[in-house]
Amino acid sequence: MSDQTYLSLENLSLAYGKTTAVKDLNLTIRKGELLALLGPSGCGKTTTMRAIAGLMNPVGGKIVLDGRDITHVPANKREIGLVFQSYALFPHLTVFENVAFGLRMKGVQGNELRQKVEAGLKSVGLLSFAERKATDLSGGQQQRVSLARSMVVQPKLLMLDEPLSNLDARLRLDMRSELQRLQKETGMTMIFVTHDQVEALALADKIVVMRNGAIEQIGTPEDIYNRPATDFVADFVGFENIFKLRDGKLIADGKEFALGAECPNAPGLAWRPGMVTLGEGPFSGTVLGVSFAGNIRGYVLDTPLGPIRAEVDAARPAYTLGEQVAFDLPVASAAPLHRVG
Amino acid sequence: MIRRLFTPLTLFLMMLFLIGPFLIIVAASFSAGETLAFPPQGFSFRWIIKVFTIESFRQSFGVSMFLAIGGTLAALILGIPASYAMSRYRLPFAETVRFLVSMPIIVPGIIVGLALLRYFVIPVGMSVTLALFVAHTALILPYAVRVVSASLANLRADIEEAAVILGSSRLGAFFRVVLPNIRGGILSAFILGFVTSFNQVPVSLFLSGPGVRTLPIDMLGYMENVFDPSIAALSSLLAFLSIGIVFAAERFLGFSRYV
Repeated sequence: MSDQTYLSLENLSLAYGKTTAVKDLNLTIRKGELLALLGPSGCGKTTTMRAIAGLMNPVGGKIVLDGRDITHVPANKREIGLVFQSYALFPHLTVFENVAFGLRMKGVQGNELRQKVEAGLKSVGLLSFAERKATDLSGGQQQRVSLARSMVVQPKLLMLDEPLSNLDARLRLDMRSELQRLQKETGMTMIFVTHDQVEALALADKIVVMRNGAIEQIGTPEDIYNRPATDFVADFVGFENIFKLRDGKLIADGKEFALGAECPNAPGLAWRPGMVTLGEGPFSGTVLGVSFAGNIRGYVLDTPLGPIRAEVDAARPAYTLGEQVAFDLPVASAAPLHRVG
Repeated sequence: MIRRLFTPLTLFLMMLFLIGPFLIIVAASFSAGETLAFPPQGFSFRWIIKVFTIESFRQSFGVSMFLAIGGTLAALILGIPASYAMSRYRLPFAETVRFLVSMPIIVPGIIVGLALLRYFVIPVGMSVTLALFVAHTALILPYAVRVVSASLANLRADIEEAAVILGSSRLGAFFRVVLPNIRGGILSAFILGFVTSFNQVPVSLFLSGPGVRTLPIDMLGYMENVFDPSIAALSSLLAFLSIGIVFAAERFLGFSRYV
């Protein structure tokens, strides 16, 4: 992994007709990095990916790949691989011919073609399926064919659109480790788009959280998970108790609440349910809901601060519905937010 | 008991009503007699053989074949890009085009024929063959657009993008990825167009000239003068030709999936 920028998006703006999809996006990726574009549907992540691939023209900005401005290079000349969410295999061709397509476009023929295609199929464990019709394969197999098809041409950048979302739970784990293995083996720079924070956290070196066509936060999985920059990111990665701060006090329901300790100078604070202490503290609330989840028990409390979600060790005695419970939002464990709303 | 018999009986009567006349014609074509009659008098192949010796039939068969094949090809050449554009791009006048394209099915054929004669053949001197060709192409176009559109609708658009990303040009992607996948639809459209054109009477009615007549029109003319079983023989031959084509199409292409 070098420190040099490999792909950079500079003030990239994208639109569908008059509807702006992405505005002034700036992003850099180093060679060999595995980057996740994370966000809810409609946040512009897929649009950004399509623009990088050349499937849509930016209304403004620049895309530079490997030192070359590719903003106006047509998609078929960009040497970027894309694994579609639907896999987009060619239904009239065999698995072998699907994988061979890109190589044939490059003029690879004969023995060389056969060897490269077979190596590609072998790397995804589908060599024995070479002569089958591509669309006769299962979803997971189709995805691997699609992956091999994109990788055999050795693109400068490989992008994957929701690579795991169409697979069932077990296949998802397999595919996740397979992607990591392939990326490690080939050292290929990869970008994948996902709406699932678990996927992004598990796979990526770097995560870009997007919202409404703009970047909300860029960081390592640890950054995103532990130090969300905004209330949106915090909510997205499971901080369910998010508050605005003013003059060191929590703002809820238009009222101010003093916290037990000195507050950091931040516009907001966020707590995961597990960070809330139950049984002691300056606040109190009524138990609205209890849910048992194996090793932990989750509570919803009705409090002057609004609903508070808490999780505690299930081994502790359970509170019952309607019970008054004291609780604390410990400042020490809270994630300070840089921006709220 | 009556209820249980009712359904099969109705079905039987319907089939009899639909297929009966056809069976009569087929039976009549093997007649040995001199006139078109049922029940047929005797059994022979003489009228079937005679069909092939009638010069005007041979000529009009050629005209009909030319119109059916040429018209269908022309309709496909116009219809495939039109269907493609309508299915893949949001065009400003897509609905208007779709409507215009289906007009020839809605407008009675006889009016189309008369209009072409009155406004093209007579004043402009357009040849009858050309007028027939234009009429048949227009008539087949709706079928071509419809059937090809149906198979395009079943084809994901992202496979074209996949082809482009793998290095193919847009046009190349159309030929490499789109056409092979709608081959079945195109062949079905061809067969449907061919049969529609070949059996076409109203449009062709006004459009006949010296030496230029479609086969069905020629058959009408023949029957006005000669009332022998050769018409029945020819009708049977044509019916079997159509059935054969459709059967082969269904067998090898799954024709009914597209229509």
